[in-house]
Amino acid sequence: MVPVSYYVVLSAVLFGLGIIGFLFKRNIITMFMSIELMLNAVNLAFIAFSSVLGNLAGQVYVFFVIVVAAAEAAVGLAIVILIARNRKTLNVERVNLLKL
Amino acid sequence: MSDFLIRHSLIASSVVKIAVLLFMVLTALAYLTWFERKVVAHIQSRWGPYRVGPHGLLQPLADGLKFIMKEDPMPAGVDKFVFVLAPLLAMTVALTALGIIPFGPQEIELFGRKTSLAIVDLNLGLLFLFAISSLGVYGVALAGWASNSKYPLLGGLRSSAQMVSYELALTLSVVGVVLMAGSLSLRDIIQSQSGWSWHFLPRWNLFAGPLPQVLGFFCYFTAAIAETNRAPFDLAEAEQELVGGFHTEYSSMKFAMFFMAEYANMVTVSCLATILFFGGWLSPCPVTGHWIWTLYLPAAVFVLGGLGLIWDGLHYTTPIGKFELTVLGAVLVGVGGLTAAPFAIHFAQGPFWFLTKVLAFLFVYVWVRGTLPRFRYDQLMAIGWKLLLPVSLANVVFTSLALVVKNK
Amino acid sequence: MTAVLFFLLAAVAVAAAVSLILQREPIHSALSLIVVMAALAGLYLLLGAEFISAVQIIVYAGAIMVLFIFVIMLLNAGVEERTQFSRMARYIGLPLAFVLGAGLVYWITRWTMGTASAASMGSVTRPLAMMLFQDYVFPFELTSILILIAIVGAVVLARREDERQ
Repeated sequence: MVPVSYYVVLSAVLFGLGIIGFLFKRNIITMFMSIELMLNAVNLAFIAFSSVLGNLAGQVYVFFVIVVAAAEAAVGLAIVILIARNRKTLNVERVNLLKL
Repeated sequence: MSDFLIRHSLIASSVVKIAVLLFMVLTALAYLTWFERKVVAHIQSRWGPYRVGPHGLLQPLADGLKFIMKEDPMPAGVDKFVFVLAPLLAMTVALTALGIIPFGPQEIELFGRKTSLAIVDLNLGLLFLFAISSLGVYGVALAGWASNSKYPLLGGLRSSAQMVSYELALTLSVVGVVLMAGSLSLRDIIQSQSGWSWHFLPRWNLFAGPLPQVLGFFCYFTAAIAETNRAPFDLAEAEQELVGGFHTEYSSMKFAMFFMAEYANMVTVSCLATILFFGGWLSPCPVTGHWIWTLYLPAAVFVLGGLGLIWDGLHYTTPIGKFELTVLGAVLVGVGGLTAAPFAIHFAQGPFWFLTKVLAFLFVYVWVRGTLPRFRYDQLMAIGWKLLLPVSLANVVFTSLALVVKNK
Repeated sequence: MTAVLFFLLAAVAVAAAVSLILQREPIHSALSLIVVMAALAGLYLLLGAEFISAVQIIVYAGAIMVLFIFVIMLLNAGVEERTQFSRMARYIGLPLAFVLGAGLVYWITRWTMGTASAASMGSVTRPLAMMLFQDYVFPFELTSILILIAIVGAVVLARREDERQ
């Protein structure tokens, strides 16, 4: 039997790793993937609490988080494609001019 | 030893079932290649393999030997990890999907534990199948990427875009069946199709229920042919178009794994089509009253097939072919006699009908391949998005309406 | 048995997340993220959320990550350059991060709320569907409009310049 705090600790660890990935990586697609990792960690916390409290609302929220993450990934990657086409680079530190 | 097995009976029974299924499936995949080559050849008025063994029956063995002993070059500049991972992923995903298919209604007893005739019986079986098949896209996409060459990359991207597009139509066309059965478990879906309306028409999802799922079935089968990258939707891997598509740079065992994965996907899709629309393991003839003789149909089929093989073997040209065919015929007659024996007759009904229907679907797959010309890529994507998706949505709406009217 | 599976899946998830950060090629990072999602789907099954586990694999690992892989392939995202790990981060940041992490773990495990197991949920699909279509039907319809906006936005943004005429 696993206490729910183990799941919450795992969620915190994954979230922290997502933050590290977001802050230390320079490729914009990898930074995007770190954001997805953070969203997944939050989903795990939601489901862990939903299971221990017996309330299904947590799973409904996870459903909505997954849907919103899908929409965000679609539009975000379209923007990434545009940036790559215009600036010819995927390194966020090179996209530092306001004017093209 | 047996005490240990009984204490860990879950793992032991699962291992036995997996071993049996794996052996059966791998042999079936090998002979599916023979079947396809023979049928396509006869459609094209030629003979197909007929030299290696009688009627070319040992051709898969020769192909297997060739695959094992061929050189396996790794092209320069490929991403080694992904190059090796892609066929493994394709094969694993294709074989995992066969784990939840129930082959019969009975419960057998292994190591003191009653288990069903599927490796695992989930109550979200259908959803699990779709999850596993949506992971099949990675094998194709990663193979195209890792090959470091332009034809595989284009072929891989096109194949995976096609698979992702047709996944939607595939999943939606099945919703009608789920609505009528009220459950996502494959066993419950088959049970809900039992019984006969008007005493002779089986209550399969294709004919009966509030709304016969004919539209759903055609959407499902078309989307499935496109999902498994088979003709006429196989532009991304056809030789005339893209050399070999995503598996151009692969040879020997890795190519064999892609090949096997494609056939395993075909088998999974055929199994699912029989379960969802054609009643799974249910027999089409009512087995009570004066139709009780239909219980002997499996035995009759095997015995007649065996006798035909023996006759053919006696008139065959080469002596070793004569010997092999006669032995095979005798084995088939023996199996037929076994299925007619009173201790096995009820056990053999379910799997026999299930495998017959799956074989019929595989024949339709090969028939379609031999008959229809290929679609162009933009026509292919247009069919997926502009024809199949609206039609399957309409099927969902009509089925829901029919159910509401019936429950009023 | 549940504890063994939990620790196995948790170890796989953390190892894959660390691999996501440490890999130099974006494709390998994407594959690591897929492994994380699969491990999380397993953890959801352990918690009794079977429907969400299947949805995670179908949508997240089977569609969103395919989108990521397509974009990486199309843009031919190459090897990432080595960043110079600043000295402040290495000598002050990392130890402080560990201290913060240890403190979080201690305080979370001190507070016990109960054990989370799959048996407590039972069959989840029907009640979940009831909730989604009765209590939460308004957000549900809103998400469908959101996805429509996302589709239109993505198509418009990623179109080529010369097609605009």
